[in-house]
Amino acid sequence: MTLPLMLVAEDFTAPGPSIFDFPPLWDGAPSWLTKPVLMAIFGAIVVCALAWSAFANPKLVPRGMQNIGEMGYQFVRDQVARPFLGKDAERWMPLLLSLFFLILLWNLFGVVPLIQIPVASHIAFPAVLAALIYIIKIYLGIKHQGFVGYFKNMMFPAGLPKPIYVLLAPIEFLSNLIIAPFTHAVRLFANMFAGHLILAFFSAVGFWFLFEKLTPLGSGLGVLGVIMTIAMTGFEMFIEFLQAFLFTMLAAMYIGGSLHPDH
Amino acid sequence: MTMAATLLAAEGENPLIPHAYELVVGSFAFLVVFLVVGKILTPRIQKTLAERTEAIEGGIKKAEDAQAEAQRTLEQYRAQLAEARQEAARLREEAREQGAQIKAELREEAQAEARRIIEAAHAQIEADRQQALNQLRGEIGRLATELASRIVGESLEDEVRQRRIVDRFLEELEARPEAVR
Repeated sequence: MTLPLMLVAEDFTAPGPSIFDFPPLWDGAPSWLTKPVLMAIFGAIVVCALAWSAFANPKLVPRGMQNIGEMGYQFVRDQVARPFLGKDAERWMPLLLSLFFLILLWNLFGVVPLIQIPVASHIAFPAVLAALIYIIKIYLGIKHQGFVGYFKNMMFPAGLPKPIYVLLAPIEFLSNLIIAPFTHAVRLFANMFAGHLILAFFSAVGFWFLFEKLTPLGSGLGVLGVIMTIAMTGFEMFIEFLQAFLFTMLAAMYIGGSLHPDH
Repeated sequence: MTMAATLLAAEGENPLIPHAYELVVGSFAFLVVFLVVGKILTPRIQKTLAERTEAIEGGIKKAEDAQAEAQRTLEQYRAQLAEARQEAARLREEAREQGAQIKAELREEAQAEARRIIEAAHAQIEADRQQALNQLRGEIGRLATELASRIVGESLEDEVRQRRIVDRFLEELEARPEAVR
């Protein structure tokens, strides 16, 4: 940074992780009743309401909301369920569709004015969902391949020279049982966390240099902050969709892998 | 704890440590969505989509069947038409042959009839002629006899006239000597 800009930016503090800390909604409210908690519940209600308006009474010839709902359903079925679950796709659609819709809406809350908090930027929410998938994955794996078979298929895939297993077995064990659920949750969390931080940063820049401390030199920076906020909001919407898709896709992949280890 | 984590902790709560109440709320939220969207609504849309697929496939199948049926009927009609045409041609041919045959037979019959009539007529004519001849012959005999008897009868009364006839006859003979020789 050049010297004049440093002078201008002297008092500006960039938003940090503290922006993710929320107090109880009002004084005297229970300590757990924070904005993210409220939004998590609100998101669940909105998902149920939208899905209800689309699918409660589905018609052979779709109209209105049903068209939109079917777009979502077919996206999950054709892009997520079928590639990884094949003929079991229909059976797992309830889980995958619920996951996708809920995560998508939770994520999109990040760019909805006044709400402006991606629910998954609090790690507890992705962690719960990842844990659920992790439990289902292990349960299905043991059920369909047997206890020994599950670990054998996981750690000792057939057709490799024997010494390789010395390396491969611990790596596979680690990646499948310890790293996979962690990355599953953290991938979603970190994307939402970072995206929200970026948006907060650019909007803070715009607000600070155009309203709090309007100076001829700083105004250019403020305008840039506003432009970047708009551009990043568009980009964030894409990321929010992509991460909902990815989380659901990984869930389908884990379930498919437990059902059919040879794939 | 890494340095970053301690730094984060210094500024506020560590974002990597989940709040227990958020875990509970997250589970509850997903459970609600899963029950409503997954358990109640997804089967409905699955059923509708299956029905739609069936309806479309059924419609296509029905249309194909109808088309096949129409094609079959058309083929049938065409075959029948061709058969009918052939039949008609055959009948026409047969009729013509029959006609020709009948004509020939009729002509034959007519000719035979004509011949028969002609023969009958000939026979009749011959019979009539014979009869006439016989009658004539009898008449001539009677007339000749009568004439002869008259001539004989009169010869005694009219000797002079007879003589004259004989004389004239003799003169005629003399007038044509070459005819005698």
